Amino acid sequence: MNPAPSPVRCHVVTGKGGTGKTTVAAALALALAADGRQVLLVETEGRQGIAQLFDTPPLPYEERRVAVARGGGVVKALAIDVEEALLEYLEMFYNLRRAGRALRRVGAVDFATTIAPGLRDVLLTGKVKEAVTRRHDGRPVHDAVVVDAPPTGRITRFLNVTGEMAGLTRSGPIKTQSDGVMAVLKSPQTAVHLVTLLEDMPVQETADAIAELTAAGLPVGSVVVNMATEPALPEPALARAAQDGLTGADLAPALAAAGLQDVPGLADALAAEATEHARRWAAQDELRDEVEALDRPTVELPLLPGPMDLGTLFQLAGRLEEHLRTEVAA
Amino acid sequence: MSQATEAAPTGRTRRAPRPPAPPAAEALPLELAELVTDPDTRIVVCCGAGGVGKTTTSAALALAAAEAGRTVVVLTIDPARRLAQSLGLVELDNEPRRVDVPGARGELHAMMLDMKRTFDDIVVAHSTPERAEQILENPFYQALSSSFAGTQEYMAMEKLGQLRAGDRWDLIIVDTPPSRSALDFLDAPNRMSRFLDGTMIRLLTAPSRTGFKIASAGFLFFSRIISKILGGQLLRDISAFVSALDTMFGGFRERATATYELLRRPGTWFVVVATPEPDALREASYFVDRLSAEQMPLAGLVVNRTHPPTTTALSATRADGAAEEALESGREGAELAAGALRVHAERMTLATREQHLADRFTSAHPEVAVRTVPAAAGDVHDLDGLRVMADALTGPDGDTPTGVPRRRILPARRR
Repeated sequence: MNPAPSPVRCHVVTGKGGTGKTTVAAALALALAADGRQVLLVETEGRQGIAQLFDTPPLPYEERRVAVARGGGVVKALAIDVEEALLEYLEMFYNLRRAGRALRRVGAVDFATTIAPGLRDVLLTGKVKEAVTRRHDGRPVHDAVVVDAPPTGRITRFLNVTGEMAGLTRSGPIKTQSDGVMAVLKSPQTAVHLVTLLEDMPVQETADAIAELTAAGLPVGSVVVNMATEPALPEPALARAAQDGLTGADLAPALAAAGLQDVPGLADALAAEATEHARRWAAQDELRDEVEALDRPTVELPLLPGPMDLGTLFQLAGRLEEHLRTEVAA
Repeated sequence: MSQATEAAPTGRTRRAPRPPAPPAAEALPLELAELVTDPDTRIVVCCGAGGVGKTTTSAALALAAAEAGRTVVVLTIDPARRLAQSLGLVELDNEPRRVDVPGARGELHAMMLDMKRTFDDIVVAHSTPERAEQILENPFYQALSSSFAGTQEYMAMEKLGQLRAGDRWDLIIVDTPPSRSALDFLDAPNRMSRFLDGTMIRLLTAPSRTGFKIASAGFLFFSRIISKILGGQLLRDISAFVSALDTMFGGFRERATATYELLRRPGTWFVVVATPEPDALREASYFVDRLSAEQMPLAGLVVNRTHPPTTTALSATRADGAAEEALESGREGAELAAGALRVHAERMTLATREQHLADRFTSAHPEVAVRTVPAAAGDVHDLDGLRVMADALTGPDGDTPTGVPRRRILPARRR
């Protein structure tokens, strides 16, 4: 009954700060979990945004169930702790867990991640890779992994770990590790989605990030236009208002009919607000064209009233699910 | 004149005497015109979370000061391309460039920070040519100077120190790097100097030299692990870098401390920028607390990109109701009027939410003066746009077309 699942299993969500990438990542995880799938939502920046969204206590470095989706689907969340990830790594490869704890006490772990900033990213992406490739009884443990990734300005560097580390470590286990990570991130299993608003800067950064990701050989997925609004003015008037502006005289008779003739200056003030609204809308339409020119699959998520909660997330997830379905069909 | 005031540090609040904080959450007005035109004000640091409009705020304040007759330089970190172009910042040459402002009484100069170049300059200025070359070519130095988390913040401070030492400028306005947290700007220089100057790196690179005999066995072990993980070459690079640096100048820490102290000197003011969003205001809140803990002078909070309605005579509820009535009347133009009423209702709801968030900030920080700046219709990317923003930033608090003081978005509720 379900459409053939998409080959993409690792969804990396990025966007300029303030575009709502954590919200989109969470909604995408819910969308992917529909129909009984198992999805892992990964936080990489240690800000506990996912816990806030799902209204749960701060996430430990451990996969925790945060939501249940249609048909028994489950979204688990994981907040990666870089230090813990390094200790885990030391244990896995060198059997050094206890020594690692001692190192942590003297601040050595912090030190190691500081002298090689790329090490942080290798550890984070390494954990993502492990989650994507983890198998149990011959099948993947997670049907999909969604990563709430660093913002657009840093995303290429974050994902392109081999490049980042190449200058520092030319050999050694970290090099081997980052090569393995790159193999997954550059494969068709991965898609990097970009969240934007219909504002100049986010659209510009989205375009820049797509160019950088493409140049680095990283697979670009969809563009998600977040917090899109509907115009409040009727269509022909909207264009005219954006062009020439409205005046109080345009509104006064109908306002009088609504019993508002006695409020001084009201018609002019409302005309000014409506004109601004129309111009904003026109500017957004231009940006919509720019987004279209990026030539990526695009989905718009509406600006929903009220605070962000699980119900709202499910609403957004519904839209994304539709989008994913058309994507697979295409 | 400025000397006299510098000798006697004044209180930490701006423009004494201030009335005591009122019992209700009513913000104090932030008069930025006074701040940037005061000859005693020499440095203004604009800080806040990423994406709140720090760069435009910095540039607009600089423009206002230049138009008032001061010789101003604005140090930007990562300006949007079109704003940079409008300021003539096409080249990244790490030096201030004069911006042509027709009719200004003073001078506006702008520069964009090139962190690698600033770092290179420090190295060159403080060592022999051979030494400098050795350092500049070290792979670890190259990684450090271009990608170390905190280099940008550190170099921004370094550049600020240089600009201030030159004494060419009446006023320096600094935009802070686009970091995740506003606190990074204050923390990064120390973190970096602690790191470079730290025992860890010294023990690691030259364990035999130090007196830590007892610890050294442990550190040898540690150094083995580090080289296992990162590869031995990195350690050799670091070691070469640190020993080259060692004799160069009196330690990174001293240097960072000196620039940090600069921020505490009289004549320096911090302006915290936020948007009327919970995250940005929470970040602003942290920063305000931190400044007060560090005894750094806070001028106030700029709440940027607010959405004040053009009229407050009609509440959201009444506007929505009237929209229905207008539609029912079926008169010509009813749909348009209903649309305009709905636009107003949305605007009132948004402004109410924004005012509520601003009020929450003020109840937690009643001593912080506030200025709101309405959102422009599009992005600010030319001098005209900056001038509009400068007017909103520096206009007198009480002088607005709607009569709502500039410290608020909506009028205070009648009691």
